[in-house]
Amino acid sequence: MGDSAVIAGQAFNGLSVASILLLAALGLALSFGLMNVINMAHGEMLMVGGYLAYSIDQVVHGPLAFPVALCAAFVGASLLGAILEFTVVRRLYGRPLDTLLATWGVSLILQQGARSLFGAIGVEVAPPAWLSGSITVQHGFLAGVSLPYVRVCIILLAVLVLGLVGWFIAFTPWGMMLRAVHQDREMAAAMGVDTRRVDLLVFSLGTGVAGLAGAALALISPATPTVGQSYIVYAFLVVIVGGLGSLLGTALAALLVGLFSAGIQTFTSVSLADVLLLVLVVVFIQFRPKGIVARRSRALEEA
Amino acid sequence: MPKLKPVSYGLILLLLALAPYGLSAYYLSLLGRFLALSVLALGLTLVWGRAGILSLGQGVFFGLGAYALAMHLESVSLSPGDLPDFMQWSGVTQLPWWWRPFEAPWVAMAAVVLVPGLAAAALAWLVFHRRVGGVYFALITQALALAFATLLISQQPYLGGFNGLTNFSTFLGFPLNDSHVQRGLYWATLAILTAGFFFLGWLRETNFGKVLLAIRDGEGRVRFLGYNAVPYKVVAFALGGALAGIAGALFTLHVGVISPAMVGVVPSIEMVVWVGVGGRDSLPGAVLGTVLVNFGKDWVSSAMPSVWLFGMGLLFILVVTALPEGLSGLASTESRFGRFALRLAALSRRAAFAGAASKMTNDARPADHPDKLEEVNEIP
Repeated sequence: MGDSAVIAGQAFNGLSVASILLLAALGLALSFGLMNVINMAHGEMLMVGGYLAYSIDQVVHGPLAFPVALCAAFVGASLLGAILEFTVVRRLYGRPLDTLLATWGVSLILQQGARSLFGAIGVEVAPPAWLSGSITVQHGFLAGVSLPYVRVCIILLAVLVLGLVGWFIAFTPWGMMLRAVHQDREMAAAMGVDTRRVDLLVFSLGTGVAGLAGAALALISPATPTVGQSYIVYAFLVVIVGGLGSLLGTALAALLVGLFSAGIQTFTSVSLADVLLLVLVVVFIQFRPKGIVARRSRALEEA
Repeated sequence: MPKLKPVSYGLILLLLALAPYGLSAYYLSLLGRFLALSVLALGLTLVWGRAGILSLGQGVFFGLGAYALAMHLESVSLSPGDLPDFMQWSGVTQLPWWWRPFEAPWVAMAAVVLVPGLAAAALAWLVFHRRVGGVYFALITQALALAFATLLISQQPYLGGFNGLTNFSTFLGFPLNDSHVQRGLYWATLAILTAGFFFLGWLRETNFGKVLLAIRDGEGRVRFLGYNAVPYKVVAFALGGALAGIAGALFTLHVGVISPAMVGVVPSIEMVVWVGVGGRDSLPGAVLGTVLVNFGKDWVSSAMPSVWLFGMGLLFILVVTALPEGLSGLASTESRFGRFALRLAALSRRAAFAGAASKMTNDARPADHPDKLEEVNEIP
């Protein structure tokens, strides 16, 4: 393999990490933009998705097992998200820092619950037969690069979900209400939009997408009780870099963070990559404190 | 928040000072290390309770102070020319240059305060001067905690990696295993905690403290009044960081070991809970919360390890939803519980009055008329 092939392989890995990050951060960014809350239990939605995929994998066999698992992960995680919004997040409206702490408490409970149910050791989901194998480039300057189908599938899934969510926001009645609440909550409410229901919908949609991410992640690394924690900090950084509740910003930021950490890891160690990523984010907000796609506002208190 | 009377402060302090004579060695050592952690909690009341800055990375500053002192303790316990075990195992042949300054106790002790304080100031300035704050800042500090812990773990050859630094023998010539020295350490911790307590109590009443409070409640308005909020927040956060560093150093002396497991994401957020339980804006509450939560953790996690995380999670949710002012809020006359207690007190007085009145003649009215509720307003 030539140098260019190594770089291409690493870029491909970075792209698949970025896809998972995008799916994980999408819900965070949406509900942050809309309700100004950060859900610290969002990472656990990945975990729930992973364990649901595993459970389905134990029961359903055959080529349809994985699509069924994806659906179950989406539905399960979005239901759990709806319960969380209804019982905890809604009560803390306007107190973003307290929401942070309360949802962290929820995440601890979910983690320990998973540990009690499935054990501390990770469980693996075997990729279906039609996803095993990889595309190998035979000719040209990229010869030797191998692209596993599983990772290709994850990237495609992320693109598909991004497209669907974008379509949902741009072209459906609920999406219109979402945009209205996003722009001006009071005015939207005065026009008859049930803002509370929009909040609930967006929150559970976001957690559902995180559940999808968890199911997809279970294909490439085992689902453990702490799998959410290891991804969520990066997802938070994606939200910071991306800007308030913008799909485009989130997607670009996920790409940036995923590719940067994959790229830097080829030159240094994982631990140094973490530090450098944080430095990058702090440097980044020196130039664009409101993220890649900033929302223009004349409001005094944004946060 | 009702003010404790100076007499009660004196009594509590006396009780704590006499603790070495009443407690078993085991509980004394626990209490000592929890009082050390309380120093950090005091800093959080300033940062979180007063200035409204939520830091999920306080473990980083705790760790900086702890490692600064631990490097000194490690190098003192070596015979000349020798290297710590973990360095030898990793094939390091010479003490790294950045270990050298910590051989001097005064340098190390200055570093305990200055390194975390300056690091906190630098971070706070970089973030706040671009008017990034609130949730963003909390998330950045959490990322910092993650990066710091992974960085420490990766430094196996130089900082002991996952196992951290341990096997300390003496500090300033005192043998650390000696029971008298441990007792002295307890008193030193108590003295530092008391000093920090009264320093912050004073600071809250200064103009600086008042501006911090104003920033918490409406940063935009403070700016319009002509104040630059950034230096206030930076100084508050730096003080919080320095106190965390002192706490880390004291904790290391008490426990005899410091490792990345004590400075990462999860310990950092637990620190916030100690303060949340006690009352984020209350100095006595922070100390009480730290001691109670940690004793609770010690007790529950040794009896039923798997229950601890459930309990901790519930504690987070309960504190935030039901008791945003923590235990100190319970005592406040404005809280639901406080009002309930007030009403109860008034009712019992009225009942006692009615009982007494029925025995009395009409002209002999008691001094404490039941309708005069002002005097009940302060529940001790």
